[in-house]
This record gives sequence, structure tokens and C-alpha cells, in this order.
Amino acid sequence: MSRMSIKREWVHGWLLLLPAMVFLFAFTHIPAVTTLINSFFSTPRGRRSAEFIGLENYQEMLTDDVFWKVLWNNLWYAIGTIPLSIALAIAMALWVNDKLAGRSFVRMAYFTPTVLPLIAVANIWMFFYTPSFGLFDQITGFLFGWPASNYLGNPETALNAIIVVTVWKEAGFFMIFYLAALQAIPVSLKEAAQIEGAGRWTVFWRITFPLLMPTTLFVGVNAVINSFRLVDHIFILTDGGPDNASALLLFYIYEVAFRFWETAYAATLTVALLVLLSLLAIGQFFFFDRKVHYK
Amino acid sequence: MSASSLSFDRILNTCAAWALALLWVLPLAYAVWTAFHPAAYEARFELFAPVTLENFAKAWDAAPFARYFLNTVILVTMILAGQFFLCTLAAYAFARFEFPGRNILFVLVLLQLLVMPDILMVENYQTMRLLNLVDTIPAIALPYIASGFGIFLLRQTFKTIPKELDEAARIEGASFLGVLWKVYIPLAKPTYLAYGLVSVSHHWNNFLWPLIVTNSVETRPVTVGLSIFSAIDSGVEWSVINAATLMTSGPLLIAFLLFQRQFVQSFMRAGIK
Repeated sequence: MSRMSIKREWVHGWLLLLPAMVFLFAFTHIPAVTTLINSFFSTPRGRRSAEFIGLENYQEMLTDDVFWKVLWNNLWYAIGTIPLSIALAIAMALWVNDKLAGRSFVRMAYFTPTVLPLIAVANIWMFFYTPSFGLFDQITGFLFGWPASNYLGNPETALNAIIVVTVWKEAGFFMIFYLAALQAIPVSLKEAAQIEGAGRWTVFWRITFPLLMPTTLFVGVNAVINSFRLVDHIFILTDGGPDNASALLLFYIYEVAFRFWETAYAATLTVALLVLLSLLAIGQFFFFDRKVHYK
Repeated sequence: MSASSLSFDRILNTCAAWALALLWVLPLAYAVWTAFHPAAYEARFELFAPVTLENFAKAWDAAPFARYFLNTVILVTMILAGQFFLCTLAAYAFARFEFPGRNILFVLVLLQLLVMPDILMVENYQTMRLLNLVDTIPAIALPYIASGFGIFLLRQTFKTIPKELDEAARIEGASFLGVLWKVYIPLAKPTYLAYGLVSVSHHWNNFLWPLIVTNSVETRPVTVGLSIFSAIDSGVEWSVINAATLMTSGPLLIAFLLFQRQFVQSFMRAGIK
């Protein structure tokens, strides 16, 4: 009897999972595996079907200057966006969590970019960056008498311009998670520290910040994934240019696959991205694991 | 710490918070300004500049935005319905059933949080070609329907529901699906709301995959439509582009302003689980 009912529970569990698993496998796990397989083949063209070419695609990748360029760009993009947006998110959350005049307006201002499509965000920022006519040039021209500058057309500044847009879009989103975490911190802890004579700064570094560590881990993982995933605005703002100065890995994969139609090489690049993502995830987990535990 | 330094501290913080807030709304405020004023006032800020809706009319006429909106609404509805259905069943299995392979399968689900379908666009495009679905709305929706995030979120919620309620319903003769329908889903309503808001805003705003898999007016969502509209270098006025931009983000933006609290709480709820 009990054997029977256990078996039935198994079947129920499997049946419930089946539909979701079919879709997950069809669009995530199987494509991930076929990406790996395709990276060892050539791109099929016309009548010529794909041939096994071993590591040739990987050799091409390692000698591809653009690949290294976009990888560096991606690193800068991550360094430029992650710490800054996390720091801003913490500051925003602390402010909004406090009794602040006009708190609901302030919170709305911080959070609004989150609900805008990245494409729309790019359109809006386009105006800011336009040479001589855009708001940046008008302000810097008015205040400091700077000449017109083409932020998006200059290889030196294009990526930074993209980073600014990303931070603007992301910080308010991350703020939400910190806000939730802050509200879970007992007020008594803070009060106790204040009675001991600790200033705000000390309270933050000694109590609030360590208690926010799990949130920082969560947000950090999200931010890392986002730094590889958020490329929509590049299409509008720079289209990867000038001379790939603002192209990121995922954008480059798109270009290779859907503009040059080198699908095998695009698969190889995707493998590189997947490896990178998993390494970062593993690394981040182990790195933070030690720090998070003394909660 | 003296009272005066404390209040000085407070003033400083308030100022900083407000400065950042103003900086943060500036881009949007600027977009609103140009969209509602004639092109001549794009960079001239006068209090009594004439207000106009002409830019919106021009944008609406210049591209098939009505169709784009319809496509997006269909897309978002399709994804949400699919996600609710699949994720509910899967989450129920993970939360309340014992069966071999459960842990491995759960890890495979969580893997999708890291490897999103967008990253696998090359292969997914081939799949859509095989299924003969390229340039259809289901092709945009399918990769997102089994959402690892949704399954995880609902599983966490289902796990907090006391088993006694489950057992009581079973004693009354409900089947395992009846229990799901009568006990779990009603009690998880806030989670569904939260996940629904997050999902709708995510897919309303999604761009890269729809860009790849669509190539006609009949299937394009608003984001792709907007990017095509604003990419034309044929001297479309900025004020018109900005009007189009506001228009495409409008429904979400208005919904957000009206239900600000729910939005923020939903994103929070979705985040901390």
C-alpha cells in the first residue's frame, strides 16, 4: 500500500514538472549543448553542410582582435557599472528608508528608470549626448565654455557614455532590494550602537553594511549577469562603434550571427560567454560565501 | 553628538538625496518637455512655451504604432499565461512532492537564472527556423515561458503554506490538482501579482530577441518598432522621436505612477525570496 502511494507521488511530481521541463530543455539546456557542439563545426553555407573542424573556431577567436577588444570592453563595462550602481543603490535605499522630506517623490525618481525600456532610455539619452545641441554640451558650454564634444562618436568616451546610461537605469532597481533588506534590520541594533556613542558612519560600516551582505551578494550576481546581458541601448546609442569601442560580448555575438551570418563562430563566442558566466558565478559564490556567513 | 550637528547631518542628507533625485528625473523630464512642445523649443526652456500634442500625432502617423502595441499586448499576455501555468505546476512539484531526480532537476531550473535564453539566441533562432516559427509572436514568447525565476519564486511561496491546509483539503476529498487550485494558488496571490508585474514589465521592455526573430510589422513589438522608427536618419525631429519614446513606455509608466506602492513592493517581494 505505502509502496503504491509512493510510486503515485513520483508520477504526479514528474507529470507536474513535465511541461516546464520540456520548455526549459528546448530553449535553455539543449541549445547550450548544441552551441558547444556547433563551435567545433564550420558554418554551413548554401549546399555545403557544416564540417567538423575541431578547434579551428577557437583558434580564430583567440587571434580575433575584435574578440579581445569586446572582452576588455565588457570588463570595463562591468567595473564601471557594478560598484557604482551598487553604491548608489545603497545610498538611495538609506535615504529613502529614512524620514525624508518628500520621500515618495524621491523614491519614485530613483525607481522610474527601472520601468522604462532600455531602448526608450537610449533614445532619451541620445539627446543628452548629441554634439553641440545636446544638453551635456549646452551645460558644459554654458558653465565652463567647453567646445562641443561628440561623446558617443569618440572611441575614448563612447563606452563611458554607455556606462552612465546603464548605471542610471540599474541603480534604482537594485535600491529596491536594499530597501527590503534595510526594513528587515531591527531598529534596536542601531539604537544600541547609538547609545554606545557610535556615529552614523560607524553604524553604517559596523552594523548596516555587514547585515546587507546577503543582499549585496544577490545584487552583485544580478549586476554581473546584467553586465553581460544589457546591450539593447548600444543598438541605439553607438551601434558598437566607433571601431568597436563600445561593443560588448553579447552585442558582438549578435553581429557575428545575424549581420555576418557566421553562426559557427557566433556559437564559439557564446561558449566563451557561457564559460565566463559560470566562472564568475562560481567565483562570486565562493568569495562571498565566507563573508556572508557571520550574519 | 550634539543636536545641532545631528540636524546639520539631516539637512545634508536631505539635500544629497534630493540632488540625486532631481538628477535622476532630469532625463525623463527633458523627454517630456520636448515631446509636449514644438520642435523650436527642443533646447529652449521657457515657462510659457506653447504646449502641443502634435508630436504624438506625427509619431503615431509615421509608423504603425497601433499594430506594434497590439503585438506587444498579445506577446506579454501569452508569456504571462504560459508562465503562470507552467511555473505553477513545476513549483508545486518542487515544493510538495518527493520523487527521484528532484534535486538535479531543481538545479537545472536554477541554471536558467544564469543562462538566460537571450544568451543562446543563435541556437534558439535555429530552433525557431526548424519549427517554422520565425517572424511569429509565439517565437518571441516560447523561450521565456518556462521561467526558472518564476518556478523558484512560486516554489518558495508554496513552501511557506502550512501542510495542514493541504492535508485538510485532501481529507475532504480534493485531488492533488484540486488542492493546488483551492489551497495553494489562492494563498499565493500576492506572489502572482508580484511576479506578473515583474514579468510584464520585463517583456514589455525586451528588445534583443524580438529584434532577431521578427521582421515584419505584424509581429514586431513596440521596442523593436521604436528602434526602427528612431534609427531612420531621415531627419525625424527629436521632439517626434521623444513623443514616440514616451508613447511606447507610456502604459507601463502610467501604471507605475498609479500603482507605485504595488510596483515597488512587487519588485521587492520578487527579489527577496
